[in-house]
Amino acid sequence: MTAADLLSLLQGAAVTVALSLAGIAVGVPLGLSFALARWARIPVLSQLIALYVSVLRATPLVTLGLLIFFAIPSFGFDIDPIPAAILTLALNTTAFNCEIWRAGLIDFPRPQIEAARAFGMSPSLAFRRIILPQVWRTCLPGLVNEITLLIKGSPAIAVVGVVDITRAAVRIGAQTYEPLPPFLVATALYFVVVLVFVRIQRAVEAATNEHLPRAA
Amino acid sequence: MHGFLIVWQNAGRMADGLANTVLLATIGTALSLILGALLATGLMAKSGPLRFGAQWLVDSMRCIPFLLLAYIVYYGLPSIGVNFDNWTAGLCAIVIYNAAYMAEIVRGAWSGLPPDYIEAALSFGFHGVSLYRRIVLPPVVLAAIPIIGNQVIQVIKDTAFLMIIAVPELTHAASAIQSKYYVPFAAFIVAVGLYWMLCGLVEGGVRWVERRAEARR
Repeated sequence: MTAADLLSLLQGAAVTVALSLAGIAVGVPLGLSFALARWARIPVLSQLIALYVSVLRATPLVTLGLLIFFAIPSFGFDIDPIPAAILTLALNTTAFNCEIWRAGLIDFPRPQIEAARAFGMSPSLAFRRIILPQVWRTCLPGLVNEITLLIKGSPAIAVVGVVDITRAAVRIGAQTYEPLPPFLVATALYFVVVLVFVRIQRAVEAATNEHLPRAA
Repeated sequence: MHGFLIVWQNAGRMADGLANTVLLATIGTALSLILGALLATGLMAKSGPLRFGAQWLVDSMRCIPFLLLAYIVYYGLPSIGVNFDNWTAGLCAIVIYNAAYMAEIVRGAWSGLPPDYIEAALSFGFHGVSLYRRIVLPPVVLAAIPIIGNQVIQVIKDTAFLMIIAVPELTHAASAIQSKYYVPFAAFIVAVGLYWMLCGLVEGGVRWVERRAEARR
């Protein structure tokens, strides 16, 4: 392995992180809105979301990636590897994020909502001022955990042709006929990326908990 | 609809893929549970170096993607003189990777056991292997069944990665049919449906075991 190989692996790492973050950026708010729809028990929509979550949680990322990358063009729409990868990661993580948000919402103390309504807050104001500021704190560990799971699943997007860490390593292995060294370096890179997210989670948790009164 | 007809005509191939996925997941789960239960004794060990080593192994597995481990096992084993076919190399990767997760699951449930329960067993003369196998493991595994079930679903989904090292599992079969007849939607949707069914079976199994466990208490 040369310095150029190492550089291409690092570029792959940037792609892995960027696409995972793009997936998260779609998945977290979409998961929240799905969770709200289920929490509010909106008929039909609520059942459809439950079905979506159930199917997507059981679908391997590789299979989902192949489905999106090959099936969408067969309906006459062109899709490049990068958007296909983001769509794959986002669809997958939305299902898991929906479950995390839903657990947080179900555990939210009802009297607080009733008190907010009694003070004349509209449901949307009560959600923004009372529910969300508390629920996101309880959901944060689960959400960051889901980010690390998504990064660990992200090699699946190499299958549709995105040059992430994994595909960069495969290329180097194919060129040098020594696949083991690039894969070991690639594994170390994933290790570092996941570790960074775990550290960020701990830091954010510590920072957000400082301003809170101790829970009774 | 035409696509689904083609998949139906190749049902045998899909069934082979499904059988391989089920086989890999079942054997993989069983072996990784056994290995994980052994590794968990390391995590709970009193001796410092042993605990540190086990913890390090478990933590590093939990930080790397399954596919990378599969690649390392697939390319690495031959370089140390072990030559497995793709299927066995894939199974090895599943077992090594998931043993770490199973160990952590067992440790979690184990540390929830009340100390006097162990003390009672000790005073009845249980110790060492028989203490672990007869006294510690049964309640620990029963308590951890829902989490183990989640991990089994994870194992099933991880097997899909093995298509990349040409293991003929379900996604590989769907991919082969799609590239031969160009029926991507039908082939992969059927695969997704089958994965969904498998995970549904696992969830149903977990509920069944939980009910049985509840009845025994």
